Amino acid sequence: MSDVWAIDTDRLSKRYGTFDAVRAVDLKVARRGITGFLGRNGAGKSTTIKMLLGMIRPTSGAGRVIGRRIDDRAEHLEMRRRVAYVAEDKQTYAYMTVAQMIRFTRSFYADWRPDLERRLLDEYALPPTRRVKALSKGMRTKLALLLALARRPELLILDEPSEGLDPVSIEELLQTLVATAADGTTIFFSSHQIVEVERIADRVCILDQGRLVADVSLDYMRQEYRRITIGFAGEPPMAAFRVPGVEHVRASGRQIDVIASANAQAIVEEARRAAAVSVEVVPIGLRDLFLEKVQHGERDERP
Amino acid sequence: MRFQVNPSAGQPLYLQLIQQVRHAIETGVLQAGESLPGVRVLAQELVMSPNTVVKAYDELERDGWIDIRHGSGAFVSARRGMKPRADRLRTAQARVRALIAQLQADGLSGEEVQRLFEAELVFAQPIQRRTR
Repeated sequence: MSDVWAIDTDRLSKRYGTFDAVRAVDLKVARRGITGFLGRNGAGKSTTIKMLLGMIRPTSGAGRVIGRRIDDRAEHLEMRRRVAYVAEDKQTYAYMTVAQMIRFTRSFYADWRPDLERRLLDEYALPPTRRVKALSKGMRTKLALLLALARRPELLILDEPSEGLDPVSIEELLQTLVATAADGTTIFFSSHQIVEVERIADRVCILDQGRLVADVSLDYMRQEYRRITIGFAGEPPMAAFRVPGVEHVRASGRQIDVIASANAQAIVEEARRAAAVSVEVVPIGLRDLFLEKVQHGERDERP
Repeated sequence: MRFQVNPSAGQPLYLQLIQQVRHAIETGVLQAGESLPGVRVLAQELVMSPNTVVKAYDELERDGWIDIRHGSGAFVSARRGMKPRADRLRTAQARVRALIAQLQADGLSGEEVQRLFEAELVFAQPIQRRTR
């Protein structure tokens, strides 16, 4: 049993007509941690999340969430009881007040924690008598988080939680997420905001055009990923850089640009042996990695 | 005591945190017996993953810098030989200052000096355990 994984998929795919929204994705999300799910708009993040939650049927492939099969009805119910989801649109019943919405949601869950509900209501300073439709976007996010967290879920999945929030609300959201992780809840959130993912995530998965193109620990990236710019007085010896760890080599005139995911030191030594006249090594941030991994230009097919 | 990490620096966050705690202890800003913030509190304050704090605290404890008492938090352990380290840092600071002045006299800009230092430091670091 895949007990180490909160999410574990095997060639998960979704096709709409002739459009492959999600293509053979093997997603592994470790328990107890924060994983960011990055991708451009339309990369297939929401479709993947909806398949994990059983809201969309995969065309092919399989998956387990908290060890429960996503395509098995009985196991799926058990999974939904222990997994909370905050949707992109944070759709709740607009005509209800905050207090009514909480009471309504509470009635569905036997393991609702009234103490946690009160603490969060207090912490988020939500006005209980205000109607949901009159809440600001930041407050609606907080209400959605309260409804998700008052059950103390094992796994919290959020789809673009910071979308449309102002900087202060984003900061509060990120603080809530790290505190929730500290309480033992696994967090998986999609975003296209690289900076916020880089701050709080332990690991990042990048989806591009329906394919998983990267799955890396951010501390590993900080430690190992380097951009090495090497200058030569003559023709650059491209063949010298076919060594392990080299992800990409680009030449422009007598200068070459190497993207390394490991072994930066060995690559620099290789450059020196090849009589490089200048060598510069700089770390690669998540933004560089993201831009390196995703296809540029617009995706022309649409569902 | 305020710590600060830079998520886009080319160094793992847990190592950045370890260095800051060690530096605070070495310079006497944090002293034996004093407490460090709890994991949840520090994660929230620095807006970083609690796993980063746990990893940093575990390593600091293993290396004898702090003691973790379950239920009551982390404390700076009583170590000797702190003072010479602070003196060493002061001496080093004077040497770095002199070197920078010399390089600037040779016509290098501050940014160039910084780049040179960073490039050398990338490889000067001891081999760290892989985190993949």
